[in-house]
Amino acid sequence: MTNLLLLVPIALLLGAIGLAAFIWALRSGQFEDLDGAAMRILNDDED
Amino acid sequence: MPQSGEVDFADLARPGPGGAMQLELMVPEIHCAGCIARIESTLRAHPAVTAARVNMSSKRVTLSWLADQATANEFAARIEALGFSIQPVEAGGSSEDHDKARGRELLSAMAIAGFAAGNIMLLSVSVWSGAPDATRALFHWLSALIAIPAVAYAGRPFFRSAWAALKARSLNMDMPISLAVVLACGMSFYETARGGQHTYFDAAVMLLFFLLVGRYLDHQMRARAHSALSQLKSLTAKSALVVQPGGTRLNTPIADITTGMTVFVGPDTQVPVDGVILSGSSDIDVSAMTGESIPQPVFEGATVHEGTINLTGELDIQVSASYGDTLLASIVAMMEQAETTKARYVRLADIAARIYAPMVHGIAALTFFGWLWASNGDWHLALVTAIAVLIITCPCALGLAVPVVQTVATGVLFRNGILLKDGAALERLAQVDTVVFDKTGTLTLGRPQLVPPAVMDIDQLAIAAGLALHSNHPLSRAITALAAQRNIPAAPIDEVVEQPGAGLHGSYRNTPVRLGSRTWCTSEPAKCHAPPHQLEICLKVGNAKVHTFRFEDELRSDAKDVVADLQRRNLPVALVSGDRPHAVAHVARTLGIANHLAPWSTEAKASYVTGLNNSGRKVLMVGDGLNDAPALASAHASMAPSSATDAGRTAADLVFLGDRLTPILIAHDVAKRARRLVMQNFSLALGYNLIAVPLAVCGYASPLVAAVAMSSSSLLVTANALRLRLHAGPAGKLSNTGPAAAVAPHDTSRSAA
Repeated sequence: MTNLLLLVPIALLLGAIGLAAFIWALRSGQFEDLDGAAMRILNDDED
Repeated sequence: MPQSGEVDFADLARPGPGGAMQLELMVPEIHCAGCIARIESTLRAHPAVTAARVNMSSKRVTLSWLADQATANEFAARIEALGFSIQPVEAGGSSEDHDKARGRELLSAMAIAGFAAGNIMLLSVSVWSGAPDATRALFHWLSALIAIPAVAYAGRPFFRSAWAALKARSLNMDMPISLAVVLACGMSFYETARGGQHTYFDAAVMLLFFLLVGRYLDHQMRARAHSALSQLKSLTAKSALVVQPGGTRLNTPIADITTGMTVFVGPDTQVPVDGVILSGSSDIDVSAMTGESIPQPVFEGATVHEGTINLTGELDIQVSASYGDTLLASIVAMMEQAETTKARYVRLADIAARIYAPMVHGIAALTFFGWLWASNGDWHLALVTAIAVLIITCPCALGLAVPVVQTVATGVLFRNGILLKDGAALERLAQVDTVVFDKTGTLTLGRPQLVPPAVMDIDQLAIAAGLALHSNHPLSRAITALAAQRNIPAAPIDEVVEQPGAGLHGSYRNTPVRLGSRTWCTSEPAKCHAPPHQLEICLKVGNAKVHTFRFEDELRSDAKDVVADLQRRNLPVALVSGDRPHAVAHVARTLGIANHLAPWSTEAKASYVTGLNNSGRKVLMVGDGLNDAPALASAHASMAPSSATDAGRTAADLVFLGDRLTPILIAHDVAKRARRLVMQNFSLALGYNLIAVPLAVCGYASPLVAAVAMSSSSLLVTANALRLRLHAGPAGKLSNTGPAAAVAPHDTSRSAA
């Protein structure tokens, strides 16, 4: 039972971090221009 | 088409945050990393610019700058100086913003529901495998803690739409969904508080997750269709050069042009108005308006229409119809009229929803009252069973049945070089029973090709190519293209003068040479020696005998096979064209089409299609020109080649790339298979309900049964849809060229011309 009290919150926290990261990426427009992102890696003078 | 520089971009800029101005421009030619770097660095080099960003997916540049230090036109000029053409983005982009916001909302709702479903399922699995009392209670509380906020957030799209339907006193699919999710959560919370054994948190959240996947796929398809349309719309923003009393020419937006003004039109540009030629002569390409493949020579006093292309000479045109009254505008109005009638088509998913929603409610209500009666008023038991019925019957599989198939079908079509504008079009394409073709630009390539004579005199061709280099006339381009193809260098010709509407003359090694109509070369009365479906052009070198080149608007290479294949599929084929009757008859004979009609006007074409519709036929119209657009819009389903006019592509449901017609067969195959798969998916969903609903009504639907049944039916439906991909065999064999291979010959011939 004590294990569970520790492990379940940890599991949930890890999941929640992933979710938060995804939502942050979505909100900050990381998915707006998928074609452009693939091309930009070729430009070395990006600022 | 030179259009930029004629638009005042300052009108398009909007004030942004912090006293900055913002501007969005479409740059259609962005296609590589280099383009991005050049545009962004050029703009950022300007001291006033605070941000410049290229969006490659939408081909747009967004920039903001300090309002008092620069003007929008300056930046437009900078981008143009790099060699890109710019299209203004229409101000009415709010629907697009709305689309984007909705897509984002669905995606985050899906993420939340997915997260919640995964975690609750882990907890539920331990409960089902027999967790003891205290652990079970803890896990139920944890599930409630995750599920309730998740449902409150991820369920919003469904709650909103159900509420809207309720206010309009109607039922939609979202009604039973919302009811099931809310009731399941409420009842499970009550059970948790009571320390009960069964909760349905997992089922409720998983239901939302699967449905959101379907909704998101569906939304993506529609949003893509919208953005394709708005791109085409923004391409039509135009202006014209108005000749002032002093003789100077002034850029004027097309909306400000009124009757009586004089407009200048240079060679190789689109005529922006309807009017009468005041001075000048030229050849006008009217193929987009009428389907007629030969350019028409025009002189003073002739009438020209908006949308045709001035090829060779300079013209001053007196405007006879103001903006909105032109022939083109009337065609667009006809198109819009036809679109509204097509909007009455009811999609398969909506038909299913109309039957489904009342049935689900009915069965759940019957279960409730049935159990209330059978258990002598045990309302708790009756309610639990009724909620279990609602959850079990909820249209997980049904919600995925159509969008998954259509998304897979769009992918398969795309790989074959076919762009689908919306999912309903795919359903309609599967139903067609008649095919109507346009001729010029659809069955044919729409550009005249030199018919190679048995013996080719290389010197003659070299001289002709040397003269033809100086002209934009399609026949001249065909000559230079053939010369380039055979590696024959064009002979150097001096003093070349083009007489619009007649031909060219010049001098080759001090011998006068002429290229043009027979009259132009021989001054004998016009008498065409070519067969009626061919065109001829003559070359006269000095006093030697006239040499004749013959041209033909070449059929697409697979036109004959495609027509024969369509006829084998029991689809009657008709040919309706605006071109000369004998030219149309020749094409019809070659392809084996008995039913050919010409020369037909735009209205006649549209009413022919409408007539077929009214007699119960479901017409697939394939066309490309402006004159086909109303017919395309009124047909049950429509396709256009990518070389079509803007109006043609806007009106068509599907657009295919390349120089071949085989995509028509592929699209028809895919549409039919997609329809079959949708029907199979509906039967799978129905079959699942036939097994699961009686169980639930009898009270055997434990949370475990609900979870297994729901996820397995959803997976089954998705897997079935993916068969469309595996099954792409026969279509692949037909095409044997991917989109890349299909586009390539088209592009090379263009650049050679």
